[in-house]
Amino acid sequence: MSNQGKVDCGRRRLIVATAAVGGVGAVGALVPFVSSLLPSERAKAAGAPVEVDIGKLAEGQMMTVEWRGKPVWIINRTKDMLATLPKLDDKVADPKSEVASQQPAYAANPTRSVKENLLVVIGICTHLGCSPSSKFKAGAEEGMTADWLGGFLCPCHGSTFDFAGRVFKAKPAPTNLEIPPHVYLTDPRILIGEDKKGA
Amino acid sequence: MAGGIYEKYKSDGSLAGNVLEWVDARFPATSMWKGHLSEYYAPKNFNFWYFFGSLALLVLVIQIVTGIFLVMHYKPDAALNAAGVPVAFASVEYIMRDVPGGWIIRYMHSTGASAFFIVVYLHMFRGLIYGSYRKPRELTWLFGVGIFLVLMGEAFFGYLLPWGQMSYWGAQVIVNLFGAIPVIGNDLSIIIRGDFIVGDATLNRFFSFHVIAFPLVLIGLVAAHILALHETGSNNPDGIDIKEKKDEHGIPLDGIPFHPYYTVKDIVGVVVFLMVFSAVMFFAPEGGGYFLETPNFYPADPLKTPPHIAPVWYFTPYYSILRAMVWNFFGLDAKFWGVVAMGASVVVFAFLPWLDRSPVRSIRYRGPITKAMVTLFVICFFILGYLGTLSPSPMGELVSQICMVFYFAFFLGMPWWSRMDKFKPVPERVTMK
Ligand code: HEM
Ligand code: FES
Repeated sequence: MSNQGKVDCGRRRLIVATAAVGGVGAVGALVPFVSSLLPSERAKAAGAPVEVDIGKLAEGQMMTVEWRGKPVWIINRTKDMLATLPKLDDKVADPKSEVASQQPAYAANPTRSVKENLLVVIGICTHLGCSPSSKFKAGAEEGMTADWLGGFLCPCHGSTFDFAGRVFKAKPAPTNLEIPPHVYLTDPRILIGEDKKGA
Repeated sequence: MAGGIYEKYKSDGSLAGNVLEWVDARFPATSMWKGHLSEYYAPKNFNFWYFFGSLALLVLVIQIVTGIFLVMHYKPDAALNAAGVPVAFASVEYIMRDVPGGWIIRYMHSTGASAFFIVVYLHMFRGLIYGSYRKPRELTWLFGVGIFLVLMGEAFFGYLLPWGQMSYWGAQVIVNLFGAIPVIGNDLSIIIRGDFIVGDATLNRFFSFHVIAFPLVLIGLVAAHILALHETGSNNPDGIDIKEKKDEHGIPLDGIPFHPYYTVKDIVGVVVFLMVFSAVMFFAPEGGGYFLETPNFYPADPLKTPPHIAPVWYFTPYYSILRAMVWNFFGLDAKFWGVVAMGASVVVFAFLPWLDRSPVRSIRYRGPITKAMVTLFVICFFILGYLGTLSPSPMGELVSQICMVFYFAFFLGMPWWSRMDKFKPVPERVTMK
């Protein structure tokens, strides 16, 4: 076949136009595939709040419940545990809970809780999502440094948190552990995942 | 010689001859056979390091065949069964205990994964020391880097499938890495997981990637890798071009036909490899806790991270680099830079063809600077790999930071150090040491 002859510009333009329309169609065809990767309606609906009975949670104890597939810890802090918090204000990254995303406004206080002793916190490290282990004993007893006052250690990349879930400075985790929305029902029950605003 | 024009086969009148003639008139059978095997001339001085390409092909076949049989019994389902064990985890136990021959197939597949990386690392090291990535083999190298990336994805997806503790928390950490990318990160990690947490949706899509999407891409890249190689012809331990000296028929004087010479040589490699492979598979399938990690014998528990989590050994050098990055730059936190450094440490291999400025390819004719740099690089790679298997510690962090800096200095400084070296004269013809 010879293509010596003059190019028919009209036909060229038609070819370009056809290819462009075809291209738009091909991109459009991507939409269902990409959207199928998003969380399904069922996954979105799975966030129902959970009700917890904390009647048996003795002082100094911690319990774990599952909310939205994540561990939520409820810790009944002792006086001694609470006493460590003010001492650590200059060692933690966000002592006053100023990063708003990490707790509802009612927990942005020195103990990061509604009731002073009871900490309700999502047990997922804000670095890359491991669940920190409890290292409640002060000092080197649990393999921590001698000046350790008690709190949590993330096994993955070594972030440490105090008894209010506040992250220590210069650790991989950038922010404090997240406090979920929660509300106290008739004693001794808590509802996790919902608060007064019904959020 | 690939891509050359070969005469169509003419039958000698026998039945087989007639069949071949019939086929050859319709399909390039003779021409492919000759172009890639019997008249593909490879340098005659290949040594030990040239076993690993064909071994990588062998492992690829092992993984595909064992994979096909595993899928017949495996179930990608995170729901709990009547006994309270996740279905996926239980199906792997079922393969190990109740499916006849199942344990052998599974151990072949799990040992194969580690073997794949050992073979590919050695294969890449060969490229590094003999300058095989240099012009005109840049594309062979780039397809190779593509293979390496896809292989890492393939291994990562596969590791989630048994739905053990290490599977679960490993995936949790790696998927969250993408969350560190500014602006789009959070949505991106949700798209990868298909849920707000690693769960059944994640398991099912990883299964799909692992058994179909990535293997298809991998096979395509391997084909491109070999086609590109056969277009330029192989490099060799002397790093000189055998096509420059040809006989009167246009055949390289230092070339020998791939078949039968190298097919037979490669079979020797296969036999030795299979001996080692079987020894590991039968006597140490867990590879000392490096090939199959102990926490993975416990079913995934989304509420509890095992006290010590580490990726499988072949990812640990990059994992160390991720952990070593603890500095904030330009207002973005260390978490993001860790991801960048980790990604860069893999992708930087792609730039080697353009970073290396030495006048000769092979390390045999390069001087002390190259030898020292390559040795230190390998040492750093091992140290990073080792530290990546340990829990974080201040000492480990410092050492991995030093190694990380050297790792990048090796690549980014290469345009300078590769030129500064002393070079020996390169021989005219290949040598047979
Ligand atoms: C599935 C994985 C792979 C397979 C099946 C594979 C296969 C092969 C084969 C059969 C050869 C020829 C034999 C040999 O030279 O050893 C080869 C050569 C080569 N491969 Fe690969 N390869 C793989 C991965 C890689 C990777 C990850 C890289 C580098 C990033 C790479 C870089 C090269 C180079 C540069 C050559 C030419 C070597 C030379 O001529 O000296 N390959 N490959
Ligand atoms: S996930 Fe906790 S420190 Fe990285």
